Amino acid sequence: MNDMKSMPDNTLNSPERRRFIGTATAAAGVALIPGVMLFEVAHGRPEDQAVSSAVRWGMLIDATRCATGCDDCVSACSTENGWTPVAESQHPRQAPQWIRKLELQDPLTQKETNLPMLCQHCGDAPCIDVCPTGASFRRADGIVLVNRHTCIGCRYCMMACPYKARSLVHEPLNDTQKPDVPRGVGCVEACTFCVQKLDRGDGTTACAEACTAAGNDAILFGDMNDPDSAIAKRLRELPTKEVRADLNLDLSVRYHGI
Amino acid sequence: MASMTFREVEGSSLKYWMLFGGTGLFVLFGFLSYLYMHHHGHVVTGMDNQIVWGLPHVFAVFLIVAASGALNVASIASVFNKPMYKPLAPLSAILALALLLGGLLVLVLDLGRSDRLIVAMTHFNFMSMFTWNVFLYTGFFVLVGIYLWTMLDRNVKAYSKAAGTAAFIWRLTLTTGTGSLFGFLIARQLYGTAMLAPMFIIMSFAYGLAIYLMVLVAAYAWTGRPLGDAVMMRLKTLLAVFVAAVLYFVVVYHLTNLYFAKMGSAETFILRDGGILTTLFWVAQIAIGCVIPLVILLTGLGRQRSWIMIASALVILGGIAQMYVTIIGAQAYPLDLFPGMTVKSSFYDGVIHEYSPTMAEFFLGLGGVAIALLATIFGVKVLRLLPVNLDDATIAKLEH
Repeated sequence: MNDMKSMPDNTLNSPERRRFIGTATAAAGVALIPGVMLFEVAHGRPEDQAVSSAVRWGMLIDATRCATGCDDCVSACSTENGWTPVAESQHPRQAPQWIRKLELQDPLTQKETNLPMLCQHCGDAPCIDVCPTGASFRRADGIVLVNRHTCIGCRYCMMACPYKARSLVHEPLNDTQKPDVPRGVGCVEACTFCVQKLDRGDGTTACAEACTAAGNDAILFGDMNDPDSAIAKRLRELPTKEVRADLNLDLSVRYHGI
Repeated sequence: MASMTFREVEGSSLKYWMLFGGTGLFVLFGFLSYLYMHHHGHVVTGMDNQIVWGLPHVFAVFLIVAASGALNVASIASVFNKPMYKPLAPLSAILALALLLGGLLVLVLDLGRSDRLIVAMTHFNFMSMFTWNVFLYTGFFVLVGIYLWTMLDRNVKAYSKAAGTAAFIWRLTLTTGTGSLFGFLIARQLYGTAMLAPMFIIMSFAYGLAIYLMVLVAAYAWTGRPLGDAVMMRLKTLLAVFVAAVLYFVVVYHLTNLYFAKMGSAETFILRDGGILTTLFWVAQIAIGCVIPLVILLTGLGRQRSWIMIASALVILGGIAQMYVTIIGAQAYPLDLFPGMTVKSSFYDGVIHEYSPTMAEFFLGLGGVAIALLATIFGVKVLRLLPVNLDDATIAKLEH
């Protein structure tokens, strides 16, 4: 304020002043535009804009925080994506399961571990390699999806997936389908990282939200390419592993505590 | 070389039409099974998200593998210049086409979205072994078709050797492709090995020849044409060599796996603890499919035609069992996501997966076999595929 006061009135509209403001505005604009664009990419994307590889969606699952007996992530996925929970299915062996809870035990030490297992959204996905029609594909932002229009239901991807992440829809679907999650009998499906939520700009998945809501905070979702994102920071701090790391598939899901 | 007369089978007898109708009935059953599965979805099959490829794949892959093997007799004639096999070649080619047709039909009718076959024909991913197989199958039809044409039409007979050689190289590539459908899979312990490609080739030799022998003997017996022992003895010795080679590959495959600690439990499952799969392996695949046929073919029994037929039938049954153990067995053993840990889940992780095929799957598979037979029965009626006479004197003239 004192500076303002001390400033002569005639300098307010001086050419230097105007040039300074112009340059500063331009500089601010140059500095802000990438930020605004990144914000756009990370938080909602206009439908006519292509997905960018600037983002790589990923998930960090902290098995040390995953609670025994809790399957809130599974229920949330089922609700969000409209697949019938296995307990309610008349054909449990044939019912699709996009995410499931695994209970592990080391037979030597008796140590027990809980964790959710889902599509690992491999960077080098076997399901994409083997798909004869190219229906299995990876979006630029790292999400592995199945094109509902070109999947012929050959199940070769299910033979190829090391994580048993994919399911065939074995029977005609009832009306529980969600308008933004297309599914269909005879096609193969799996976790989509809640792509409909990401494209709406939610920036997270139903399972991660449910885990946080339950107070466990075992699932952290975000953009692994953004060094300032919560997931990128946690991944720098915590020791994490890929499941079947020996296969070298460049997974988008990392586990801590396994 | 003495000339050989080929003639269509008359195919006007009641017996012919009963055979035609009987086989056609199984084609109809197969088609009805397909409609049933397609209408209700795969929920009416024994397949699930654990056993994703079931009995239809067992039949389909068996028929496709046998198809390339059935061409063997023709290849020996044209590629390896054995005059004795020349009159046997046209039947070999038509059988190869018919078996491939049957196998492919089962494969595509078992798709979750078989109505989208056109998508498979217009969208290709060349990283996929499946895509390569689509081209290998199509090429096989074209090349064997041309080869058959060069055998049947005197005007293009000069190209027979070239066509035969092309078809021979193609069939080896095709079976390499079929074996690699499984060999290229990293996820499942019992797959993911280059062994499967050559093993499938030698399996094709055995299955294809066994089917060829049965069809040849049946065709000559039912049409009253003479078929001498010279042909039979040569082919049965060849069958014995192929069956022994299959056994060799199976032994090497399992011994190699047993040596690797990480494969130990999967191997123990197939060889000792797998219940019905273990029984199928030892009793059907090894004893019925390899050991007993070898004993029959290599001892005095092998000089009697009826015993050669029994041996051929056993090789076929053993082959189907081998396909069952190969395809279902590898899926029944759970994926090892966390080596050394016990795993439980709602998705049947860590447990052996049960599979009970339904009648629909069985009849769909049989429908493929029936299509192959029907095409052959029809083929020998409309084309001059079978020599009028294959007695020992005629064969002897060919070789001198």
